[in-house]
Parts: sequence; structure tokens; C-alpha cells
Amino acid sequence: MKKFLTLALAAVLAAGMMAGCGPAAPSNSSSAPADGSAASDAAPAPTGDTIKIGVLAPLTGSVSTYGTAVKNGLEMAKEEINAAGGILGKQVELLIEDEKGDVTEATNAYNKLLSQGIVALIGDVTSQPSNAVAQLAADPSDGTPMLTPTGTAANITLNGSNIFRTCFLDPFQGQIMATFASEKLGTKSAAIMYNSSSDYSQGVADAFKTTAEAKGMTVVSYEAYGDADTDFKSQLTNVVAANPDVLFLPDYYEKLALITAQARDAGFQGPMLGADGWDGVLAQLGDNTAVVDGCYFSNHYFVDDTDEKVATFVSNYEGKYNGEVPNAFAALGYDSLYIMKQAIEAAGSTDKAAITSALQAVSYSGVTGDMTFDENGDPIKKVAIIKLQDGAVTLDSKM
Amino acid sequence: MDGFVIFINQIINGIQVGSIYALVALGYTMVYGIVKLINFAHGDFIMVGAYVSLFSVPLLVRMGVPAWLCIVLALAACALLGVVTERVAYKPLRNAPRITALITAIAVSLLLENLCMLLFSSSSKPFPTVFNKSIFNLGGVQFNSITLITIVLSVISMILLQLFVKKTKMGKAMRAVSEDGGASILMGINSNTTISITFAIGSGLAAIAAVMYCSAYPQVNPYMGSMLGLKAFIAAVLGGIGIIPGAMLGGFVIGLVESLTKAYISSQLADAVVFGILIIVLLVKPTGILGKNIGEKV
Repeated sequence: MKKFLTLALAAVLAAGMMAGCGPAAPSNSSSAPADGSAASDAAPAPTGDTIKIGVLAPLTGSVSTYGTAVKNGLEMAKEEINAAGGILGKQVELLIEDEKGDVTEATNAYNKLLSQGIVALIGDVTSQPSNAVAQLAADPSDGTPMLTPTGTAANITLNGSNIFRTCFLDPFQGQIMATFASEKLGTKSAAIMYNSSSDYSQGVADAFKTTAEAKGMTVVSYEAYGDADTDFKSQLTNVVAANPDVLFLPDYYEKLALITAQARDAGFQGPMLGADGWDGVLAQLGDNTAVVDGCYFSNHYFVDDTDEKVATFVSNYEGKYNGEVPNAFAALGYDSLYIMKQAIEAAGSTDKAAITSALQAVSYSGVTGDMTFDENGDPIKKVAIIKLQDGAVTLDSKM
Repeated sequence: MDGFVIFINQIINGIQVGSIYALVALGYTMVYGIVKLINFAHGDFIMVGAYVSLFSVPLLVRMGVPAWLCIVLALAACALLGVVTERVAYKPLRNAPRITALITAIAVSLLLENLCMLLFSSSSKPFPTVFNKSIFNLGGVQFNSITLITIVLSVISMILLQLFVKKTKMGKAMRAVSEDGGASILMGINSNTTISITFAIGSGLAAIAAVMYCSAYPQVNPYMGSMLGLKAFIAAVLGGIGIIPGAMLGGFVIGLVESLTKAYISSQLADAVVFGILIIVLLVKPTGILGKNIGEKV
């Protein structure tokens, strides 16, 4: 039997490794664009008459869905700006580099952009490459104004005063949802369940807990689960036994489809709350959308917002990209170029230091809301709170 | 809710997960018992079964037949896949060292996962309702119909398998092939057919497990089989791999341990405890709970 013992242990080790790397990279390879080529969109005007803005985005690889959406938003904004006469009378030229979601690639691509003479950088899209590039851009010998549309890690903008971001930080959504629960829903007690292998989930959960307790709510249950889990009944039984008014679930829609259904099975009837990872949960639930009736989540913007700017953006985007509905990444990319335009116009020149100080003072109103930058370069803006009811989403409020 | 009711609910949660593990472990044990091969692709057969059911449900509904009949289509597809896999990947290695076949099984598993990722993308798809889920509540203790169906199916499968292996002629042939492949050929047993049928049955069990798993956790993705397969394998080893009732017992024990660890110790430790059990079993009693210590054949 010794032989079996060795064999079985070896087998489990090997299979464990496989299971470990298997689900780590959820990617949507089908949406990778056909052209990953750099700077594929040269502006019609010759060099010298254009304002060159560098763009870093993952256009291939596992996070390409995000990069492609940001790029689409940026290109639409560029066409609109150029059609309306450009910036300071010059046409805008976007130099787009695919960095494949990789830190080294992003660093190399950034150096290439610098040598091509960019006046400002929009990017990167995901947190890690954004932070690597921010360290380079923040160096006093460089000082290129950098605006990341979607990099959410808190440390990116702390690198220097010339680093800005368009999206709000993850923990901010936790604070807002706790405030919403306390002020709008009159919640007295809350339970939290978070994914212990996700920085995003844990960050939002921590912020919710801190704010909820500061608002006088009791957090009756604070449970974790693993990334590979599909059964949450044990934690949910404990949650239901603690009898909370609301259940806060900061995670992405695939996990949420399982958790929300099991929470209702376990007998939880109150509202469940979450952050922008909830976007898409209805499609994931299939024919079972009733389980999220009366639930709320926060998001960067709301597609069916009646606000004129949002409605125009959505209909133009759908027209340009074959009916594809713009997600938050596309909207943030779109807004980012307009913010940069406003800053360059306020600066009156393409001097890097002048653009940086103009960005610090910018007050912008766009698709993802009205915003200004705080002293770190993070946006001060409103969050859209979205309500789920009868298989549809509606805008509840902005706060 | 008082502590006792919560405890009972946690036990039921454990039985619920355990019944799924038991059903999957039966497939592992069946194949191991006859061919002495740990078929690591078993978890991925479940995944394939899940995709087949996912795509057949809309067809069945359009034809006006009950959706749960997707189990029949999945069963046929998985049995076929099992037989083909055995013929293509495992048969040429029948006389090779056991570790070679094991590594091939891991390769088949990776192949199936990546193939499905290519065909259906890596994003999860929602699984339609196949069985009507009704929830029974007895004084705070909750139980749902899917758990009942899973347990009943596991027990029926176990009894049928046990009868098949012990009472029928084919079962006798299986035991003979398992005991001594060479001698059984001399006795006029067609060992290729016997092994093919073993794989067909083992993989068919994966299809049943797939439909029950997807009814309890309605989501299908290319990786769903890997962790599930691993836990079920531990269940099979714990109960005594190759022993049919052992798989059932192991499945329920693992389910209960997992659920109670999550509820009363820490949800992050649940997997560590389950894998720890495997190591302890292998060190203390490698034949498993129901296993008898028989000397290795030479």
C-alpha cells in the first residue's frame, strides 16, 4: 500500500497545482480586438500641428475587455473634439500602445510614448501597470501629467502631484453604501460577506464596516469565503441567525449570482447591497432574477440615466460601435479625454507643468458626473446608486 | 434562532454538499476499483456533462418534454466521452507504469478544460431551473427538494452499482479483470469491452452529478470540475478508494467537516482541513475507513 500512498499524494499535489492556476485568469478572449498594433489611429493632420496624447491600455490578453472599452471611449471623444475644432486650434492625436496588462510592457510602452513627444498620458487601465508608470511619470525629470481612467488602487495617485484619476477608489463605494444604508434605508444592523482572496472585495467590505459603525449601525456578522467556493450556506446560516437588516456583498457578478440565490434559500429576506461588481448580475442569474429584488448597488454611471450628457453619450456610442452598450470603462475613458482637453485649454499651452496645475484646478461635468480633484489627484464626485427590481435596473439616487 | 437549530441547519448544509461529493466520488471509485486508474479527468467529465445539459435544456423545453430529461442526453454524451477517452488516451498505456496513466489523466483534464474555454469562453453561464426547488421548513430547520433528490439519487446509484458489480455476469467480469487482467483474458473475458463499460458507467455517473450540482449551484464554467473533482477524490480515498459504499460515506464526511469548519472555526480554513484529512488518512490508514488491509499483489 506504500505505493498507493506515494502515488495518491503525488497525484493530489499535481492536481492541486492545476486547480490552483485554473480559474485564476478569467478572460474574455473573444473580445480581443483584431488590431493590437500601436498608434493605429494617426490623425489626419501632419505632425507638428497636433497635440499628442499618449494612451496605455491592455488591448490583448486577459484584461483586454477593459482596455478595449476605454480605448473605444477615448476614440469617440477624440473624433468629437477634432470635429469641433480640436484643442487650442490643433487636432488631437492619440498615440495608443497595447501593454497587454503587463507591468514591464507598460513601462517600455511609456518610454516609447515619451520619445514620440506626448504632452500628457491617459492610462493605464488596470491598477498594477498604472502604478508602475505613475512612478516613472512622477519623477521630477519627467513630470508628464498622467490621468488614469480606471486604476482603482489607492497608491497610484500618491506617487506625485502630476498623477490623477477619473474613477473613484474602491473603498469609497463601501463608505457610500454604508451611508446610503444608514440614511436612506434606516438600517440598524448589517451583515457583511466578502471574498478573502480579492483585494477589491476586502477593501470595499472594510470601508463599509468602518463607516457603518461610525454611523451607529451594528455589524452583526463579518464572514469570509474563498475564491473557488460555490457553497456559501454555512456562512449564510450564521448570517441569517444574526438577523441583520441588510447584507453587504462586495464581489463580482459571477459569485454574486450564487450567493444571492443561496441567501434567499437560507431565509434572508432583507435588501442586499453591493458595489460596481454587481453590474451584470441580472444576466448571470438567468431565469432567477427575483432573488435580487429590492437590492441596491453603487456604480460609476447609469446607462439609462435621463441626464442629457449620458443619453447623448450612450446613443452616440451605440451608433459608433454597432449597438454595443457602453460600460463604465468606456464612459470613464470618454470623460478622461475631455478632462484633459479642459485642462490643456485652461493652461493655454502644452507645457507639462502648466497642464498639471490646470488639472489640479479643473472642475468638470461629464458622463460619470460632476467632479473636481482633491489634493491627492483623486476625484470628488457622486456615485450612482442603482436599484434592482423585477429583473430591471433603475437609478435610485446619486450621492 | 437558538444554537441547536443553527447546528442542525449546519449539519443539513453539510449533508447537502456531501451528497454531491458522494455522487462524484462514486464515479472515481468505480473506475479505480476496476482499472486501478485515478481518472483525474472525472471532474472535467462533470463539466462537459454540465455544458451538454445547459445546451439541451432549451431544446427539450421547445420539444415540450420535461427539462430534467437533459440528464439522459448528458449521460449519453459523458458515457461516450468516457469510452473515447479510455480508448484514445488510456488504452495504449495499459501496460505502462501507473504514474504514466495518471499523468495522462491530468493531461486529459487540462485538454478538456481548455477546449471548453475555447468553445464556450471562460465566463460563467447561468444554468436553467431543471427541478422545481421547494423549501421545507420544520421549526426553523430548512431543507430543500434538490438536496433530497441528490441524496436519493446517490443512494440509488450506490445500490445499483453494488448489485451490478456483485450480482451480474458483467460485474463478475469486471472484478476478474480487476483481480488479474492476464488471467481473465485466458478465461475468455473480453477485457477491452469490460474496461470500456466500466468507463461508460463511471462517466455516466459524472453526468448525473453534473445535473445535480448545477441544480444546486446554477452556474457552468470550464473550471467547475477541478475543485469539485479534487474534493470528491479525497472523499473516495477517505471512504476507501475502490469500495463503492466507502465513496458515499467519504462524501458525507467531507461535506460535514467542510460545513462545520466554515460555520464554527473559520471559513478560510475549510479547504485546509479537508486536505489535511487526506494527508492523515494516507498516513494512518491508506486503505480508507472501509478499506481492509490486504497485502499488495506481487
